[in-house]
Amino acid sequence: MTASSAPIRGQKFSSAPPAWREHAEEALIPPLVALLVALICGDLLILSYGQSPAAVYRLLLEGTWGNAYGFGQVLYKATTLAFTGLAVSFGLRAGLFNIGGESQLAAGGFAAALTGLALPVGTPLILALPLCMIAAGFAGGVVGAVPAYLKTRFGAHEVIVTIMLNFIVLALLNWFIAGHLHVPETLHTPEIHAGVLPRLSDINPTFHGSAANLALIVAILVAVAVWFYLFRARGGYDLRAVGLQPDAAEYGGISVGRVWLRALTFSGVIAGMGGINYVLGYKHYYEDGFASGAGFLGIAVALVGRNHPFGVLLAAFFFATLSQGGLAIHAFVPKQMMDVLQGVVIIAVAMSVPEVTRVLRSARRRSDA
Amino acid sequence: MNPISFLTQMIRIAVPYLFAASGGVVAERSGIVSLTLEGFMLSGAFAAVLGTNYSGSPWIGVLCGITGGLIFSMIHAVATIRYRADQVVVGVAINLLAIGVTRFFLKLFFASSSNSPRVAGFGGNIHAAGFDNPLLWIGVLIAPIVAFVIYKTPFGLRVRAAGEHPDAAESVGVSVTRVRYVAVAISGILAAMGGVYLALDQHQFTDQMTAGRGFIAISAVIFGRWDPLRAAAACLLFAAAETLQIQLQGSHAIPSQFIEMIPYALTIIALAGVVGRAVPPAALGRAQG
Repeated sequence: MTASSAPIRGQKFSSAPPAWREHAEEALIPPLVALLVALICGDLLILSYGQSPAAVYRLLLEGTWGNAYGFGQVLYKATTLAFTGLAVSFGLRAGLFNIGGESQLAAGGFAAALTGLALPVGTPLILALPLCMIAAGFAGGVVGAVPAYLKTRFGAHEVIVTIMLNFIVLALLNWFIAGHLHVPETLHTPEIHAGVLPRLSDINPTFHGSAANLALIVAILVAVAVWFYLFRARGGYDLRAVGLQPDAAEYGGISVGRVWLRALTFSGVIAGMGGINYVLGYKHYYEDGFASGAGFLGIAVALVGRNHPFGVLLAAFFFATLSQGGLAIHAFVPKQMMDVLQGVVIIAVAMSVPEVTRVLRSARRRSDA
Repeated sequence: MNPISFLTQMIRIAVPYLFAASGGVVAERSGIVSLTLEGFMLSGAFAAVLGTNYSGSPWIGVLCGITGGLIFSMIHAVATIRYRADQVVVGVAINLLAIGVTRFFLKLFFASSSNSPRVAGFGGNIHAAGFDNPLLWIGVLIAPIVAFVIYKTPFGLRVRAAGEHPDAAESVGVSVTRVRYVAVAISGILAAMGGVYLALDQHQFTDQMTAGRGFIAISAVIFGRWDPLRAAAACLLFAAAETLQIQLQGSHAIPSQFIEMIPYALTIIALAGVVGRAVPPAALGRAQG
């Protein structure tokens, strides 16, 4: 099976409307269509509960963007999703589907916690943060390298291998925690000695109580680095070439296998580094199941963000708003409504991408003729 | 360890896998990726409990469960066949959607975020050890039936053609689109039956009660190399490992987490081709037309 159909588009050489506008139309219309579909589905769900959609949506906005605490929580949730979304989109740019974000994130968080525990008390953050991040990225990268190796060496499909690896790695981590490293009566490690990240509320007290922390800045920096690599560096050019046309890339002298290996491994590294948001920024320990759902949502984030690093940041913010918004409206409509809308958004985007591209292109052909 | 109780427990554990994997074989052989089995099972389980709860009859529950699986499979089919959406993406989304929808309606109908009230089920004679449940027998027989359909009927030939050589199939007048719609519907019905069995066996629905069984079923499909009977054998193997884990509980011989890994590890090994390479249908995952 090919899993690479995301936004592969042929280069257009005709002069007519500027290329950036065509790109923008093809990139932006599907998420807007999806938003509309999600709003309509949301209306129906709210009405099924006998509430007023307008009132519930107002409550949703007030509880997320309308106050500092809610906004901080949105930023916190967006941080993890930005990491997993960037990870998925990095793989997709090479035409590979990394569904292992779930376990890579967990492995990264676990490694960050172990490093934070191993460092002596009082290690300065300037030293502890890079060490924890290297450990987290390394752990995620190892989990990502396995499907990469199996793909290049044996042709094993990365979708299935990453899914299977999710279960294996999570079971392994569960065994470590439940059997060896937990604080009695809990499923988490002791608190880390070093590497605790400052929170947004330390700088601006109005964010008090929210978990948003320095990892947000790290996520933005990673997005910039991914953008630079993909669009300004030689390796990123190779990677995108392989994603668009592996055979042509191979013919053009690019080692497709090596690019695949690099793409999936670094995809794992990015997802793994996401573990610092929860472990260093929020709870200060690794807890079994903390990554649950964030890996899969990363796929949604990459899709809605149209595989562009900055689009991914926006999409992460959007999905984090949905998730935090669920809590804001829970008194009137169950927060589970947001689980439904997440699925609706993904399906709507996935459906409208090929359709919108087709419609736009046939319209352009008509206007050219 | 009593061999009879081991066998009966193994078969009871295997039944949801047998249903879902049989459905998965049909869809994948037609060229549609079956990452959706988990979602189909979950929707089937919930709809069955809903139907049984309001009608009092588990048979009505079975019909509702099938309908639930059918609705989700048609969403998948329309998105991937009509709109040519990426099958892996939609598959992941269908699973998330099924979790969301069942949670939302659990809240709406039963005012709970964890489980439904107790509903009627089949059988219940203690001495029958679950074997007085007609769904169990359907589950045991489903793989041979699917094998017969796939290999011995004109429809089965079309399914295999749609998955291997869709263009060749089209050129001799087979509508690949229609065949794939039907195949996805069958996978939805069968996987939902697995969920129905699970829910009625436990007499209630609990949040995310399928707990990854759909993915074990996919493992079985791949480990069984997309053949209904081999997939069924894989289901029995995985169920045996799970039974062993349950019966060894407390002895600490092998940590349970390592037994949990067996199906997934075997699937990776099968894909890597260490013992005979697992090769998927040629057109799997590709939109037609």
